[in-house]
Amino acid sequence: MSVTSTTSQPNYHILSVLVQNRSGVLARVAGLFARRGYNIFSLAVAPTEDEALSRITVVVDVESTPLEQIVKQLFKLIEVVKISELDPRRSVERELLLATVRATCDDRGQVVELANIFEGKILAVGVDAITVSLDGHPDKLDDFEELLRGYGIVELQRTGRVALPKLDREARLRAVKGKVV
Amino acid sequence: MTGAQALIKALEMEGTEVMFGLPGGCILPAYDPLLDSSIRHILVRHEQGAGHMAEGYAHVTGRPGVAMVTSGPAATNMVTPLCDAYMDSIPMVCITGQVPTSAIGTDAFQECDTVGITRSVTKHNELVMSAQDLPLAIRQAFHIATTGRPGPTLIDIPKDVLQNSMEWHWPTDAEVIDSLPGYRPTMKGHPRMIKEAAKLILESERPILYVGGGVLKARAAEALVELAELTNIHVVTTLMARGAFPDSHPLCLGMPGMHGNATAITAMQQSDLLVALGARFDDRITGKVSSFAQQAKIIHVDIDPAEQGKVRRPDVPIVGDCRLVIEEIVKAIRELLATGSTQADTAVWKSRISGWREQFPLSYEPSEPGEALKPQFCLEALRDSAPPDTILVSGVGQHQMWSSQYWRFDQPYTWVNSGGLGTMGFSVPAAIGAKVGRPDATVWAIDGDGCFQMTAQELVTASTERIPVKVAILNNSYLGMVRQWQEMFYEERYSEVYLSPDTPDFVKWAEAMGCVGIRVDSPEEVQPAIDKANSIDDRPVVVDFRVAASEKVFPMVPAGFGNDDLLLPPSQMARKEFLR
Repeated sequence: MSVTSTTSQPNYHILSVLVQNRSGVLARVAGLFARRGYNIFSLAVAPTEDEALSRITVVVDVESTPLEQIVKQLFKLIEVVKISELDPRRSVERELLLATVRATCDDRGQVVELANIFEGKILAVGVDAITVSLDGHPDKLDDFEELLRGYGIVELQRTGRVALPKLDREARLRAVKGKVV
Repeated sequence: MTGAQALIKALEMEGTEVMFGLPGGCILPAYDPLLDSSIRHILVRHEQGAGHMAEGYAHVTGRPGVAMVTSGPAATNMVTPLCDAYMDSIPMVCITGQVPTSAIGTDAFQECDTVGITRSVTKHNELVMSAQDLPLAIRQAFHIATTGRPGPTLIDIPKDVLQNSMEWHWPTDAEVIDSLPGYRPTMKGHPRMIKEAAKLILESERPILYVGGGVLKARAAEALVELAELTNIHVVTTLMARGAFPDSHPLCLGMPGMHGNATAITAMQQSDLLVALGARFDDRITGKVSSFAQQAKIIHVDIDPAEQGKVRRPDVPIVGDCRLVIEEIVKAIRELLATGSTQADTAVWKSRISGWREQFPLSYEPSEPGEALKPQFCLEALRDSAPPDTILVSGVGQHQMWSSQYWRFDQPYTWVNSGGLGTMGFSVPAAIGAKVGRPDATVWAIDGDGCFQMTAQELVTASTERIPVKVAILNNSYLGMVRQWQEMFYEERYSEVYLSPDTPDFVKWAEAMGCVGIRVDSPEEVQPAIDKANSIDDRPVVVDFRVAASEKVFPMVPAGFGNDDLLLPPSQMARKEFLR
C-alpha cells in the first residue's frame, strides 16, 4: 500500500501570498477569487515571523483559470506584498487532519493500528468513538481519510495545506554547516 | 485639531480645489471646517451625481475628482460612480461618513458596510479607525488613485474619528511609499521588449496602432502623434480614447468595435501587427475573440500587468506608462533606422485602407421633407457650430455611439463618457463636473431621453451653482439601443422600451430647474436652437431634439459575432465584399 501518491501534472498550484497584516485583507483576497470566478481548493492564513505581515497559503485550481492571471490580479491588491508560486513538485506541503471515527471495543484496535501505521496520534477515546490526528503531506491525509471512512467518520476537520519552497541541495548543505542564509 | 479639521486640511494639502457632495448625519463634523476652507464645495441633489461630477472633473483635468457624502444610503448611492470610475480607470477620491466606532456592527441608523460593499469597485478602500491616521490615509488614497493604473479610492470615516482630536502630521512622500510596500507600479518598459517592439513595427507590412484610454491617462497624446508620424502607421482610437489622436489627422481611422466604422474594424481585422497602447481588448472591440485579428502579432503596452494576456496573448508584452514606453519605442525605432534598418513596404496596405475609407464612410439617410429629424443630422449641426475646444459628454446608448461617430475630436480630453460600465444617466452630472474643471470651455452633454430622466435633477445643482452646461437630448421616446436590439434580434417584439413622447415635457422641466428649455421638431429649427444655446452663458440650456424613433446605429457587429460579420448601413451592404 502506498501512503503517498504524486501525480506528474498537478491540476492545482500553491500560492504563498505575503500580505500586510491589516483588517479586511482576507476578505479582499477571498472577494477577488469570488469576483473573478477563480476556484480554490483550500486557504490557510497565519501570522509570519514579521508581525506586520501575514501569510496566506492558497491552493488554486489552475484548470479553470491560468495561474498567471490569478497571480497578476492578486498582486493588484494594494496590501499584497509578495507572491511566491510553489510548484507542488518543488515544495514541501503539510496539513493537519482531525477526525472522530466510530470505534466500538471490537474495532478500536484496528483504528489505533491504522493511526500508528500513518504515524498519527490518538487524541481521545470514548465508548464508541475515537478521535485521531494526523499531520503530513495532504496526499497522505487523503489516504488516511479514505481508510477511516470504512469505520464511519463522525466528524472530520482538515486545515488546508501550508507550504514552503523546498531547499535546493546547496541550501541544504549550507544548513548542515549551520549557515542558513 | 479635530479629525474633521485634519481631513479638510489634508484635502487642501493634496491640492483639492473643488469637491462634490451632500452632507448628512455621520459626515456632519467634516462639513463644519469646510466653511473656512479654500475648497469649493458643490452641493448635489443626489449622491450619484457627486460621483459622476467628480469623474467628469477628473476626465477633463487629469486631476483626481473628490466626492464627499455621508454613510449608509449615501454610500450605496456612490457605488455606481465608483464602479464606473473603476471600469474606466478614472482617478477619484471618495470620502464617506460612517457611524461612530462604538456603533459599527450594530445595524445602527444609516450604517452599512461601506468598505465591504465598495471593495470590488475601488482600487483601494479603507475604514480609518483613528483621527491620528487620517492624514496618511488621505495621502495614500490620492497616491493610489493617481498613480499606476488610475482608479477610485474610498476613505470611510466614523463620526467620532472626525470629532476626536489629533496631532497634525503631514506624512512625507517616503512615508507614504513605505506604508504601501505592496504597491510599486512599473513605469518604465523593459528595454529588451522595447527593442523587440521597435523591430516588429519596422518589419510589419500591415500595422495598426490600437489606441485605448490608457494613452489619455498617461498624457501620451503628443508621443503618440510622434510615433504615428515617424512610422506612418494608421491609428484607431477606441471609445475611451477618442481625442487621443486628432480625427483630422490623415492617419486617423476613428473608432473600431461594435459600432465602429467599417475601415477601423477591418483594418484591425486584417492587420499583421496590432500595437495596443493602453487598450484592454474589450469585448466591444474584439467581437468574438477567436476570430479577432487572427493574423496579427500583438505588442501590448499597458501599465497594468494583469491586462497582459487577459484576453489575447501578446507577442511583445510591455508593462509600463504609455507615455514613457511610446517615447522609448520612438527612440528605439530612430536608432534602428539610423543604423541601416528600413521599414517594410506598407504601400499596398495603405491603398487598401484608403479604398475602404472611400467605399465605406459613415452614412445615414437624411430625412425627407416632413419626416422626423435624424439624430445624426442634429449631431452634425451641433458639431459644426461648436466653439473650438468644446468638450462633449455623453450618456450611454445610441446617442453615445452617434456622438463618438459623428463628432470630430481634435484635442485630447474633450470627450467624456461612460465606457466600461455603460452607466445611463452619466452625462448630465459628468458634464457639470467637466464644466467645473474647465470653466473656459463650452461643455455640451449629448443625452438620450431615457438617460436624461435618470439624473436630470443635477441641472438644479448646475443652475444654483451657476455652472452653464448645455444638454442636447436626442429624444426618440425610446430606450433606443434596446429598441434597436429588439428590432434586429428579437423579431421586432418591442418589450418595455417605449417611453412616453409627451411626458415629461422636457422644456417645462428644464425651466423648472432654472435652465433655458428649447424644443426642436423640424430641420429648420435645428440651427437657430443651437445658435441660441451657444449664445447663453449664464445658465444651463436644455435642447429637446425630437428625432426619428426607428433610426439605428450602423455599422454594427452583433454581440457574440466576429468582426468580419459586421452589419453595414443598408445602403452599403451590397458592396460588403470589398471589405477584405
